[in-house]
Amino acid sequence: MKSYPRQRHRVLQVVTRLLVPFVLMFGLYVQFHGDYGPGGGFQAGVIFATAFILYGLIFGLQRTRRVLPPSVLRWLMALGVLLYAGTGVVTMMLGGNLLDYDALAHDPLHGQHWGIFAVELGVGITVTAVMVSLFYGFASKR
Amino acid sequence: MMDQLPALQVMLPLVGAPLIILLRHPVWSWAFATLVSVLTFLVSVALLLQVSDGSIIRYSIGGWEAPTGIEFYIDQVNAGVALLVSGISTVVLVYAYESIKRSLDSSRHYLFYCGWLLCITGLIGIVITGDAFNVFVFLEISSLSTYMLIAFGSDRRALVASFRYLVLGSVGASFILIGIGFLYAATGTLNMVDLAARIPDTESPRAVLVAFSFLTVGLLIKAAIFPLHGWLLNAYHHAPVAVTAFLAGTATKVSLYVLVRLFFSVFGTEYSFGQLFLNWVLLPAAVAAFLSMSLVAIYQTDLRRMLAYSSVAQIGYIVTGISLATQTGLTAAVVHIFNHGMVKTTLFMAVGCILYRTGHAHIPSLDRLMSRMPFTSTAFILAGLGLIGVPLTAGFVSKFTLISALIEQGWGIAAGLILLSSVMAVAYIGRVIYLILFRESRGPAVSNEGYREVPISMLVPMYSLLALSLYFGIFGGQSLSLAGSAAETLLRGYP
Amino acid sequence: MDWLGLYNYWVVIVLMMAGLYILIARYNMVKKMIGLSIFQTSIFFLYITMSKVEGGTAPILIDDPSVVYSNPLPHVLILTAIVVGVATTAVALALTVRVYEAYGTIEEDEIRAANAAEQDA
Repeated sequence: MKSYPRQRHRVLQVVTRLLVPFVLMFGLYVQFHGDYGPGGGFQAGVIFATAFILYGLIFGLQRTRRVLPPSVLRWLMALGVLLYAGTGVVTMMLGGNLLDYDALAHDPLHGQHWGIFAVELGVGITVTAVMVSLFYGFASKR
Repeated sequence: MMDQLPALQVMLPLVGAPLIILLRHPVWSWAFATLVSVLTFLVSVALLLQVSDGSIIRYSIGGWEAPTGIEFYIDQVNAGVALLVSGISTVVLVYAYESIKRSLDSSRHYLFYCGWLLCITGLIGIVITGDAFNVFVFLEISSLSTYMLIAFGSDRRALVASFRYLVLGSVGASFILIGIGFLYAATGTLNMVDLAARIPDTESPRAVLVAFSFLTVGLLIKAAIFPLHGWLLNAYHHAPVAVTAFLAGTATKVSLYVLVRLFFSVFGTEYSFGQLFLNWVLLPAAVAAFLSMSLVAIYQTDLRRMLAYSSVAQIGYIVTGISLATQTGLTAAVVHIFNHGMVKTTLFMAVGCILYRTGHAHIPSLDRLMSRMPFTSTAFILAGLGLIGVPLTAGFVSKFTLISALIEQGWGIAAGLILLSSVMAVAYIGRVIYLILFRESRGPAVSNEGYREVPISMLVPMYSLLALSLYFGIFGGQSLSLAGSAAETLLRGYP
Repeated sequence: MDWLGLYNYWVVIVLMMAGLYILIARYNMVKKMIGLSIFQTSIFFLYITMSKVEGGTAPILIDDPSVVYSNPLPHVLILTAIVVGVATTAVALALTVRVYEAYGTIEEDEIRAANAAEQDA
């Protein structure tokens, strides 16, 4: 990936700076509003990742890597899967079946709420990390 | 806790995989993967003991009862296959340490073992799930990690082999996905027990027919059944040999299990073999497989490639048993799935030992290997005899059952062809055995003197698997009675 | 029979065949992946078409029994299949990059020639 001289693409750089926070915000919205409307971990993860990918396209790989180093991504990838699987293990320990969210709280409704929240968060984290590291992987080739 | 065993069966390797990513240390990641694999194996032993009296475990995920929710459905048949997968995985993982240490850069070891755990997650998941769509998901988990494991091969051709397998494997999986879609459209359910109940009185038999065809073709690709076996040869040849040993014993066997489960339990024996004449598709393919592939195997100069061709031929035997759709035929198929899994894994492990010391598996330069690597050679010879089907080995039990099943059905010609193919197996295995035992090396002595026996951590797993296959050869009655009751379960369909 | 009423399924068939054709006929590994992606997309389309209910809306639970929903289950299934498709594409492209590094080409016939030359040497 070529790093562009800073003087060129001024417009793109400014627009990107403006856009990135909103993209991240929208990603969070899709993630956490997924309980009540359309949304969820997969979509949110991809939206969240696009913010980093957009930043990487405009400002270059070096600067993006300073924000989100590949070693952190590896942790996040594993963490997301563990959050998902861990929810399953916790429900099993609390006496329910695998991923039986009812066991998470006294009230089954709250249990379902917490369970789906944790699982979707795990999915979101992993998808973000995987998407960004795919971008890193391909972009760092020549 | 005993109630949670079906979930643990899949969750153990699934949780283990990301933990290995965090661990990253080459030796510890191996140790941890082995530990997880051993635990998985213990869980499958416990599950098999629970269902050995013919009972069935139905475990609903998330507490949602089937057919609304997803369930794990475990009976004698798939508990056995899960045991095969986790057992072979454990044995080969112990073996893999030295072999992988030599062939792979140590900074990538953790990725290898992570992929391995994901692969057994997928394979065991396919086996024990009771939900048709879950089969697809687990199939892709195992396939994607398999592509990765194959690409770890030291030769650059491993990359191309992996890519070809990816293309064909994805097409196969997509066909399975289409098939599942049509099944859902025709019946409105994805639960396999529920599907079996609803298929006979569906309103759209044509959609079921389309689903049946797509599923069959997809699974034929995945199980490497004769005309669709192209991916297997290069993949087995160029993958790291530990991966080949593992895949040869498990991956195609799991696809065959799904095939059997769908034909007999979900669609029903009557529908698959009575109405749709599946046996007239499978039997010619199987016969062509074992005749042509055994013949081609004779002319191979690379040991791995020879065994890969032989694998396709052996799958042909299994499919022959399936296509009979009788009690004896299916028993032979089930028993051969296990026996061939053990024998072929042992053979590939022996090849791995040869590769470990000599760096190649070129058949003509194996002369007098016996004097240099006696233990490896003995293991190869004994397992080779098992592959041929010499009496008192595991291969004999299954081949004998298969031939008697064919004669029982009045298909004497096919039985004769199996004998012919066995003669060819004598030719290709016998040739190697002859070289190993007797032939004086021709030409200038290659720098052979340095060859020593391989480390004990490679010999012990190889010999334990060999001992197991010999045990099942000598006491063939036990495995036959187990397989017989499994076949009975399959033919009866879902209760 | 109302042929145009099955419009969606015709599109599925055309896409599926186009994808399979590219997959078989092209030697370039990236083009093969394009073919595979088109093929998989046609399956997604098939599932989505199946779940369409005439006049159905998005399946969000509200307290009005007269509302007709589209069937949400195929959508969920296909979400999984899309993710699987993305993963497959990523693995395939990663392999393609490594093949390019190892061989200097991604044309399968040239790779085959290179392998054959290596075998003879």
